[in-house]
Parts: sequence; structure tokens; C-alpha cells
Amino acid sequence: MKTLATIQRVMAVAGGLLLATGCGPGGGGGGNATGGANTPAGGGEIIVGEYASLTGKEATFGVSSHNGTQLAIDELNAAGGVLGKRFKLLTEDDQSKAGESATVVNKLIAREGAVAILGEVASSRSLEAAPICQQAGIPMISPSSTNPKVTETGDCVFRVCFIDPFQGTVMANFALKTLKAKRVAIFTDVKSDYSKGLAKFFKEGFLKGGGEIVSELDFNGGDKDFKGQLTTIKAANPEAVFLPGYYTDAALICIQAKQLGLNVPLFGGDGWESDQLLKIGQEAVEGNYFSTHYSPEAGSENGKRFVAAYQKAYKGELPDAMAALGYDSAMILADAIRRAGGTDPAKLKGALAATKDFDAVTGKITINPQRDATKSAVILQVKEGKFKYVETINP
Amino acid sequence: MSQIEQQLINGLALGAIYALIAIGYTMVYGVLRFINFAHSDVLMLGAFAAYFLAPLSERVFGPQSITGAICVVVASSALCAGIGMLIELLAYRPLRNRPKLAVLITAIGVSLLIEYTCQHKAVFKAETKPFPRLFPSQDFRFGGLAISSNDIVVLLVTVVLLGILWFVVQRTRIGTAMRAVSFNHQAAALMGININRVISFTFGLGSALAAVAGILYAMKAPGIEPLMGVQPGLRAFIAAVVGGIGNLPGAAIGGVLLGALETFAGGIPGISNYRDGIAFAILILILLFKPAGLLGRVQTEKV
Repeated sequence: MKTLATIQRVMAVAGGLLLATGCGPGGGGGGNATGGANTPAGGGEIIVGEYASLTGKEATFGVSSHNGTQLAIDELNAAGGVLGKRFKLLTEDDQSKAGESATVVNKLIAREGAVAILGEVASSRSLEAAPICQQAGIPMISPSSTNPKVTETGDCVFRVCFIDPFQGTVMANFALKTLKAKRVAIFTDVKSDYSKGLAKFFKEGFLKGGGEIVSELDFNGGDKDFKGQLTTIKAANPEAVFLPGYYTDAALICIQAKQLGLNVPLFGGDGWESDQLLKIGQEAVEGNYFSTHYSPEAGSENGKRFVAAYQKAYKGELPDAMAALGYDSAMILADAIRRAGGTDPAKLKGALAATKDFDAVTGKITINPQRDATKSAVILQVKEGKFKYVETINP
Repeated sequence: MSQIEQQLINGLALGAIYALIAIGYTMVYGVLRFINFAHSDVLMLGAFAAYFLAPLSERVFGPQSITGAICVVVASSALCAGIGMLIELLAYRPLRNRPKLAVLITAIGVSLLIEYTCQHKAVFKAETKPFPRLFPSQDFRFGGLAISSNDIVVLLVTVVLLGILWFVVQRTRIGTAMRAVSFNHQAAALMGININRVISFTFGLGSALAAVAGILYAMKAPGIEPLMGVQPGLRAFIAAVVGGIGNLPGAAIGGVLLGALETFAGGIPGISNYRDGIAFAILILILLFKPAGLLGRVQTEKV
């Protein structure tokens, strides 16, 4: 069956490649043509492509992010768009699958003629699409991929969130200062670039702060049985366990840790923030911590306005960090298009890179020379089946 | 050291589930000489059946009642037995006298069909769903050892089901017929055994076991999704081959062996990520030195 899965993957990749090669010359031409065709001002629409995991393992991330993005686009259009043009958001679902992002982003650029790409939440999938945007010269803004490699792809790739070295350091300091833990175990998802990166930076920060890593174990995202690893972690007698993974795996790991009597706090990164963590983990996730980008409880004026607008648009649902970042990614793009005076890719790129102190709902955003956002992180705790704000940590 | 004993408990609880799945593979191989790849998807369907039946049982028997749980498990297995028989009737029976390869490819097709149909928006969707608690669970502590009541249930259920299965295969008319068909199709048919009925029964029985295994697996890790059967299915398949495909006790032993191997390998820093690799390496070694598996008979090919 594993071979089957592999065959499917190979086929998907081959399909993507075919599409890539098939559209290669056309895509390049399209990229140039877009620059020329869209610059004349007046009339027409600004086509923005978005790819997100609307279904699959990380579906709640994709859906939140998309809801935020959609809200921003709707608000922008209601205010008359930018430079007299309205936005048209084309959204493609990558099903949380490897190989799929490349295919859908190719389609958005080559066939739909998107002037900019928004996406993805997961670093692995952003890393898949980033080279395609870079090659086509189309700016891509990732709302919430935190792995540093994403923007290292090239000068077309931006993000509106902080990166894992910062998040890892924040969590290392949190473990040392707030949890007062000196002995910590790390449990990493080796299938995910996000998890591996976060684990690495946490470890560096934690060791530098005088902590000790007592055990380091791996799992594969999508595994269902973690007791083998957790038994070893328990035997190492840690004071807390750092679990940089996504919510489904994190919830199952919390459950099995409790069953084994591993009664120490587990804590992770922004990959934890989903209602699914609470629904699957129930009382097993209670008391655990994670770092993220934003909390509706600790927002600026703009943040409060956003929470109200989001609740109005989505049946009273509170926006999570992914929704807020999705919203910010679209707003920053609109701001850059306004400052660039059009959608010419080169000018747009320059305008994005020059973003400074933009008043976003997740805080003030400045794009640094690495094309990452410099901003603060918040720590949340699971309490009585809800995410409660604990503290804000500034860069 | 209590760590080793703890891993044994973990491995046994996991291996018991693999054993139940492996038996389904091995039974079908026994009578039809082909691997039913759709087996792991029946397992998933069993878990989903329980997911949808649990709220109904909750309304009748109250939340987390043992009677309710038993009803849910029995109903899900009956449903999956029906699905298994239907798969055999629609997909495999028309190919009964075709080359074995055709049936094998069809099995892969059926498996993919179920997986991707279930992932569709109108069916179960691809995202993970929280599996309901069927009955109250508790964690027991013995010194440094932790045993979850779920693990005990898994072991008990597996042992009881294996006992029942042994009785059915060895002591009943239909079981005798199954063994006869597995020994020789044509001779069994000449003796007046209704081959189609026996094969259908085998699929039903195997699928019911898969459904139970699916529910036990979902209790262990209460997040279910349409691809949840792929990984345990793969490991159970290895278990069946390691134990000697076509051999029932072999499948049970293989399952426990694989479960223990997975937990022990998982607990060693540095190699925890090579669990599947180790499982396959062992498979290759066993096939090299004991081609028929641990308990399998060596059969000479008739020319």
C-alpha cells in the first residue's frame, strides 16, 4: 500500500512536471505579457491567485486563511478597489497534499494570469510553489509559512508572519522563564519542514539559555500510534515536552501521553492553533501551551475592528491567527499595488519590499531585507476547552 | 527496567490490532490466492460506520454505555461484512477464472476507488474527524507501568475473536468447507461444496474482523480520516506475509511481532523514523531464509 501511495505521489509529481514543462514557455511568455497587458490604468480587474488547503489534513488552516483573505478582498472591493480596479480572487484547493500546490499555482499563473499569489499556510507547500512564482516573476505572499527557507527562494517571495528562528527562540525562553523547565524533550514531525525547522531553532535557543535536551524523538505526520516514542520520552523524565507539529498529530500525541502517565506540559508552535486540537484532544490538551501570531484578546484598534467584521461575515466565529494573517496578506498586497501604481511585477516587488510599519491586524508589519515580517508573537494556553491569551513577546 | 515492559504492553496492544487485520488478508489469500488490497479500506469504513452509529446508540443507551458500544461494534461489523461480500460479488467474482494478476490489479483499483470516493466533499471529506468515545476509559498504573483500559479491551477482543475464528474454521461445516476450498477449489467443488458461498462467507468474516480492528484503532487514536487504513493495512499485510500467508495463527503472530517491532524501534532515538524500513528489512530477511513465512508450508509448484 505504501508503494501505492508512492506511485500516486510520483504520478502527481509527474503530472505537475508535465504541466510545468507544458506551460513553461507559455508561462514565461504569460509572465511578460501580464506585465504589459495589465499596466494600462483604468477598467478591468486585478486577478489575485490564492492556493490553500481547503480540504485534507490541515483543512482548518486553509479554510481560516481563505476566510480572512476573502474578507479582505470583499472589504477592498466594497471600498472601490485599488487604483479604480476591483480585485478578483481565484482560489485553488491543494487538498493538503504534496505535489498539488505546484500544479494549482502553475495553473493560477499560466492559465488565469494572476498578478500575485497568496498562500500557503504550511511551509512544505509554500516551498513547492515559491520556485514557480520566482521563475514566473510573480510576487508571492505567504500569510503564515514560518520556515525561513520559504523566502530564501528568491526576491519574489514575501511573508507577513514571523519566522521559525524567532518562534523557536520565543518558545525556548518561554520554557525557561515561564514554565521554569530546565529539562525538555523534543518530539519532531520529520515529514514536515516546519516542524524540523522549529525544533532546530528551539533547541539552539534552549541550549543557549542553559537548558538541557533530555530526549529527541521523531514521528511521521499522519502516524496514529506514538506510544513507542512517548515511553522513551517519559523514561527520560523531562519537565516539559516541545512538540512542534500540526494540530491533528499534536492532539493524538497529547492523548497518548496522558494515557502513559506523562503528566508534564506539552507545548508547540502556531501549528497547534485549530479547533480540531480541542475536538480531538478534549481534556488531554488542557493546560498545554503554544505560540502563535495573534490573539483576538490582545489586539490593536484595527485588530478589534477586524474581529467584529470577521464575526459578522462568518456567523460569529472568532478569527484565529491563520484568518488574521490571511487578511493581512491581502491587505499588504493591496497597499503595495497602490504604492506601485499598478501591477507591474518588478514595481510591485519593490513596493512590497518597502512595506514599513503597515498597520495590520496582527500588529505593525515591516518587511525586512530577507522579505520576512518583523513582529511580535503571543503565547496561548488551552484552558476549559478554549485558547486563552497568556503573554505577548516582542522581537 | 520498566521501560521495556511498558514497550511490550504498547507493542502488544498495537500488534493485537494488526493481528486482526492480518487475519483478513490471510483468509482471503487462503481461499483465493490473491491479496485483497481493499481490506484496509474496509477497516476505515468500519471506523466511519461506528462514527455515524455512535450518536444513535447514545440516544438509545445513553452516553458511553458498554451495551451501546457492543451494539455499535456489532452493527458496524455486520455492515462491513456486507460491504466486503459486495466488493467480492461485484469486483472479484466476475474475474474468478481470469489470471490472478487481473484480480490483483482490480483489488488495487477497488482500494483507490473507496479511498478517493470517501475523500470527496459529499462523502466523508478528507479532514480528520474526532472519533467519539464509545465507553468510559481509564488509565491504570502498576508501579511505573501505565496500562490504558482501551489496551486491555483491545487485547481481550482480539483473543476472543481469534478463539471464535478458530472454532469457526476448525469445528463448523462452513469452516471445513473453507479449508477444503483453500486446499483445492476444483476438488472441493466436485465434493458438492458451493464455492461462491464459501468465498463470500470468507470475505464477510474477514471484513467484519477488519471493522472491529478499525474501531479499536480509532479508539486508540481518536482521529479518523479516509486514508487511515493505509498505514495499518500495510503493516498488517507485512505481518501476514511474515507469519506465512494463508496461515491463521501465523498472521496473529506476525501481527504481534510487527506491533512490538514498531513500538520498540519507535522508542529508540535516531531510528524511530525507520520503523517501516525495519519492518520491510525483516520481511525481506524472512522471505530469503524462510520463503513461506514463519508458520507457512512450503508448496512445490506443480508444472
